[in-house]
Amino acid sequence: MLLIKNGRVIDPASKTDAAIDVLLDGEKIKEVAPVGKIAAPQDVEVFDATGLIVAPGFIDLHAHLREPGQESSETIETGTRAAARGGFTAVCCMPNTKPVNDNASVTRFILDRAKTTGSVRVWPIGAASMGSKGEAIAEIAGMKEAGIVAVSDDGKPIATAKLARQVMEYCRSLDLTVIEHAEDVSLACGAVMREGVTSTRLGLRGMPAAAESVCVARDVQLAELTGARLHIAHLSARASLEQVRWAKSRKLRVSCEVTPHHFTLIDEDVAYDSHFKMNPPLASREDRKALIEGLADGTIDAIATDHAPHEPALKDVEFDRAPFGILGFETALALALEQLVATGRVSLMRMVELFTTGPARVLGVERKIATGQVADLTIFSLDQTWTYNVKESVSKSRNSPFDGRRFKGGPVATIVAGRIVERRG
Amino acid sequence: MTYRFRDLLALEPLTADELSFLLDQSKPFQEIQRHPLKKLATLRGKTVALAFFENSTRTRISFGTAASRLGADTMNLQAEASSIKKGETLLDTAFNLNAMKPDCLVMRHSASGATDYVARHLDIPVVNAGDGTHEHPSQGLLDALTIRDRLGTIKNLNVTILGDILHSRVARSNIHLLGKFGCRFTLCGPSIWVPPELEKIAPGTEIRCVYGMEEALEDTHVIMMLRVQTERLNDPPLSANDYILLYQLNAERLRRANCDAIVLHPGPINRGIEITPDVADGPQSCVLEQVTNGVAVRMAILYLLISGASESGTHPALEAKPKESANASD
Repeated sequence: MLLIKNGRVIDPASKTDAAIDVLLDGEKIKEVAPVGKIAAPQDVEVFDATGLIVAPGFIDLHAHLREPGQESSETIETGTRAAARGGFTAVCCMPNTKPVNDNASVTRFILDRAKTTGSVRVWPIGAASMGSKGEAIAEIAGMKEAGIVAVSDDGKPIATAKLARQVMEYCRSLDLTVIEHAEDVSLACGAVMREGVTSTRLGLRGMPAAAESVCVARDVQLAELTGARLHIAHLSARASLEQVRWAKSRKLRVSCEVTPHHFTLIDEDVAYDSHFKMNPPLASREDRKALIEGLADGTIDAIATDHAPHEPALKDVEFDRAPFGILGFETALALALEQLVATGRVSLMRMVELFTTGPARVLGVERKIATGQVADLTIFSLDQTWTYNVKESVSKSRNSPFDGRRFKGGPVATIVAGRIVERRG
Repeated sequence: MTYRFRDLLALEPLTADELSFLLDQSKPFQEIQRHPLKKLATLRGKTVALAFFENSTRTRISFGTAASRLGADTMNLQAEASSIKKGETLLDTAFNLNAMKPDCLVMRHSASGATDYVARHLDIPVVNAGDGTHEHPSQGLLDALTIRDRLGTIKNLNVTILGDILHSRVARSNIHLLGKFGCRFTLCGPSIWVPPELEKIAPGTEIRCVYGMEEALEDTHVIMMLRVQTERLNDPPLSANDYILLYQLNAERLRRANCDAIVLHPGPINRGIEITPDVADGPQSCVLEQVTNGVAVRMAILYLLISGASESGTHPALEAKPKESANASD
């Protein structure tokens, strides 16, 4: 048994923000009571959370663990250790591995590896189409039986409107969320950053914001047509956000996520450093402002990292040739505290929601601190200062634009199924 | 005044004083181009590596000639003969070249920022001979030198750039250089090649985008033509006939400009496409002077970077022509 005592519990599901002790017994929460009121057995392990926040376990809806197939960039072992260090108790891994997770045997392989080598829960996302090629629908029912939590052709959009419609109809009947990487590939063709003054000045090929919002518009229309649960991944543009607002105003089952790098950095920060190259690319100043408003007002449902490790040999090339993507796990919470909470734009309760109940709702699962619930908790600090040194990362890759950044507040302990899997200091 | 940078990667970060200094330093080397014996010994024993990862004829020959007229040896790497096709990374190729101990690397590459990237990893001076659609600093300098020779100044001129500005490194270098001397720019071409974002790429410089030739040429002092670079585009978005109809510079359209306006073109020229032969060969055209000045500017660049990187030597042209070099305009 593990007693988390003297902490400040923030539980969005019950709107609780109070000094509460939590007793964990194996994989479940056994008791939740005001500080000092739990009569724990003598031999209980105690975690003193004085001065710390105790939250439900964080869920990352969007990550790339690279196994199977690209183990030189990341494995389920190293990726989940980095996730644990970042305070995540569950990560959803995208299916663009080699081979693509488009059938039950790949799903089972991922879950087996997670069981034997993983530090946190791994929730696989299955491909929407075979090989994510946008032709035939993947073996979604088989993957669901094996344990996927959603489907996506992430890395690219579901290729055609027709296929997107069919996938949505099929997934509605299977009660699975369709996660869309929204991008009109013909508009984005060959681009390496967001189109704007900076791309024009640097002479880098830019994609317009419309490359994303055109696809979001297509998909919310299809969500209305099919009644499916649709989730827009790594939303970056104001215009896309307005599409989601429209969908929500129509009571469609549409949700969206935003990454820490999109609410922190903008296209003006790009200067031929491939650690600033990701897809969708860093957006405009105005987009970033709109995203922060969307995070505050509830239009955005979740913060997701899009953790995308690439080994140095792949990333250390000309900007044009570098693959898209950056690390995300270890800096996500600290960036949210820095950009959203410390600035007063988002309440602490709301921020915790964006990491917990928000993503849980997208997947149709529960997440709260209450008796009988899973014993997954994220414990973090609001004031401990630390510096992110990417060379010390437990990830196999080093592609972060936040190397050397000083933070105030961040993860302190990660508890999965009643066990402390990561503890700082 | 000295040149404070180790490399020459872009004109954007340079101040007007630094740019004037580079232009002034080129002047004595212009003189040398007129000498019967053009070879100096200033960089004797030095080696200039020329790494062209993208096709080039005149810029490569111009840098090679500049190096040899300074007495330096050259090492040549051309993309088609290189190991790039065998899968070597750009950085590995650069490290290998550097291991042969050149004193300076002149580099052209199709990716914007590739020269910045290489320069960050090398300890020798790097000269950008054109990176993707970003900058082409030596071209900007030779254009400014040509304008200054013809018009007597590069200050407060009306400059019109015609063609595919979005994909032009020449246009960007010219805007960043001449803009610092108060020149006003009119950019003109098909709207897909002249996006309005261009008006903001050089804060402090007046830049406007227009889509009609007549308006663009009105009262201009300098007309810069750009080659229609179809190889840079996924699909040529305009037909050649439409381009000629709307944007070809011909004698009639040229009359809209100032009567003493000059016409520049970085080459190679597509005669009969962006420019008519009578204009290209006419009295207002500076095309061949640009080529001659290119050698002078590149001699100055190599001299400053290589001698600056070792110890300060005597200016070679001061030895050759001590008196005339002292008078620099602007």
